[in-house]
Amino acid sequence: MKITVCIGSSCHIKGSRIVVEELQKLISENNLTEKIELAGTFCMGKCQQGVCVTVDDEFYSVSPETVKNFFEETVKNKI
Amino acid sequence: MRKFDTKVQYLKYKVLREVARKAWDGTLYDELLDIPKTIVPGKTPTMRCCVYKERAILGERVKIAMGGDKTNPNIIEVIDIACDECPAAGYEVTDSCRGCLAHRCEDVCKRGAITFDHNHVAHIDKSKCVECGLCAKVCPFSAITNRKRPCQNACKVKAITINEDNAAAINNDKCIQCGACVYQCPFGAITDKSYILTAIDAIKNSNNNRDYKVYAMVAPSISSQFTYAKLGQVITGLKELGFFTVIEAALGADMVANAEAKELAQKGFLTSSCCPAFVEYIKSAFPQLLPLVSHNLSPMTTLAKYIKETDKNAKVIFIGPCTAKKAEAQLDEVKPYIDAVLTFEELQALFDSRDINITELEDDVLDNASYFGRIFARSGGLTDAVSQALKEQQIDFPLKAVSCDGIEACKVALLKKSKNVLDANFIEGMACVGGCIGGAGCLTHGVKDKSQVDEYGREALEKSISDAISMLK
Repeated sequence: MKITVCIGSSCHIKGSRIVVEELQKLISENNLTEKIELAGTFCMGKCQQGVCVTVDDEFYSVSPETVKNFFEETVKNKI
Repeated sequence: MRKFDTKVQYLKYKVLREVARKAWDGTLYDELLDIPKTIVPGKTPTMRCCVYKERAILGERVKIAMGGDKTNPNIIEVIDIACDECPAAGYEVTDSCRGCLAHRCEDVCKRGAITFDHNHVAHIDKSKCVECGLCAKVCPFSAITNRKRPCQNACKVKAITINEDNAAAINNDKCIQCGACVYQCPFGAITDKSYILTAIDAIKNSNNNRDYKVYAMVAPSISSQFTYAKLGQVITGLKELGFFTVIEAALGADMVANAEAKELAQKGFLTSSCCPAFVEYIKSAFPQLLPLVSHNLSPMTTLAKYIKETDKNAKVIFIGPCTAKKAEAQLDEVKPYIDAVLTFEELQALFDSRDINITELEDDVLDNASYFGRIFARSGGLTDAVSQALKEQQIDFPLKAVSCDGIEACKVALLKKSKNVLDANFIEGMACVGGCIGGAGCLTHGVKDKSQVDEYGREALEKSISDAISMLK
C-alpha cells in the first residue's frame, strides 16, 4: 500500500508535517513498515481540502487532529 | 510603483514582454520582425543616433530573448552594435586638478607614475601606471577619475577585453556568467540569454498540467523583489501563468545545509557549492582547490531532483536573481532536473505578457522551507544554516567560517587557502555582493533587501532545518 501526503505550501501550513510524522510513528508502532510505503508530493490540486492524502490513489482529507482516526479506520481496514 | 533599477532593464523587459506575448499567441515566428518597431515607433530617436539603429539593436535583443546565439556557449552575450565603445583610458587627471602643493598623489604612487607640469598640474605616465587607484583615493579635490569601462570595472574576473572594433568582448574561459557586466553596462550592450520560450512552451504543451505538471521553484531572494505587491500575490500570479504549483528553492537549501554539515565534519574543510558563479571561478582561477568544493548539488538542483523523484514527468522551472543559474542548468549533472531558468526580470515580463496585474490578485501561500533555508538569499545565511545543521545533528565540529560576498572577497579567501594561510575551515562563496539579493537578474536592488530576506525567514512555519526536511524522507 502506498500512502502519499501532500507537502506543498498550503497543506504544510495546515499541518502536513505533523500528519507525516504521526503516520510514520503509527506505521512503525503497528509493524507495518514492510506493507506501507509513505511518500510525499508537492500539491494534489485540492488545496482547499488539505491536508491532502491519497491511499493507493484514493483521496482523503486529513488533519493533524484526525490523522490517528484516519489510520485506525481507513488505513488499517485496507490492509 | 517603480519596477526596475534602470531604464536599460526596462528596455530589456519590453522586448521580453513582446516576445512572450507573441509566443503565447503562437504568432512569434510570423511577427518577430515587427517587434522593434512596436517598441520604437515613429521617427524621433530617444536612445541612439536614429530610430534605425535603435531598431537594429532591438532586433538583436529579440534574438537574445529567444535564446541567443546557439554557437556561443556563454549565457552572457555582447550586442556589439549596442556597445558605445566607452573611453577606456583608465585613471586620468581631470580639469579639477588645482596644482596644489601637497602632491599626495605623487607620494602615494609606488610606481612613480605621477609627474607635474610647469603649472604644478599632475599627469599620469601611462607606461608606469598599474591602475591601482590610490592617487584617485587621496586627491582632496577628487581630480583623478577612473575612465575604465563600466563593464570592465564590474568584471572582477577580468574576462572583458576590447576587440579590434573597440567593442567589449568576453573571454569565455574566464567568464563565470555572474552577470555583473549585464547589470552595470549603461548601454545595455551586454545581456543574458533568455529561456522564456522554453518556459512558455513547457506551460502551453502541458495541456493545463494534465499531460505533465510544470513546477515553479522560486529562489528565496524573491522576498526582496516585487515589492510593489505581496509575495502571496506573486504566487497566485505564477499559478495564473499556468504553473501547477510553486515551491521554495529554500527547501533545497535546507537539504543542502543538512548534507553539507555532515560532509564538512567528515572532510575537515569545504567551500560551498551553492553559487554556480563561485564554483566556476574556482574551476577557472583556482583549479587546484576543486577537490575542496562541496560535492553537494546546489539547492536548486537538489530540490529539483527530489521533485522529479516524486513525479517523474514533472518539468521544473527555476526562477531567481541569477544569470549563472542559467549556465548551471546546462551542466550534465544538472540538465536532467532543471528544464529552464528564468530571472525575476523575466518573470515580470511574463506576468505583463499575459496582462496579469499581481496587485489585484488574491494572496496564496508559500511555505516549504525553514528560516535557515530562506536566509541563504543573503551573505552569511549559508554559514548560519550550516552551523545550525551541525548543532541539530549534534555533530561536534569547530566551525570556523569565512563568508565571502563578491568575487573580490572570494578571491582573497581562495588565495589564502591556496597558500595554506587561511584561518578557517569553511568558505561560503557568493559571487554577488550581498549574496543572491545582489544578483544581476533582480528587478531592483535596495538597502532593505537583507532585512526583507530575514523577515521572510522569520515568517517560515518551520524554525529548524530538521523539521523542514523531516517530511522528505
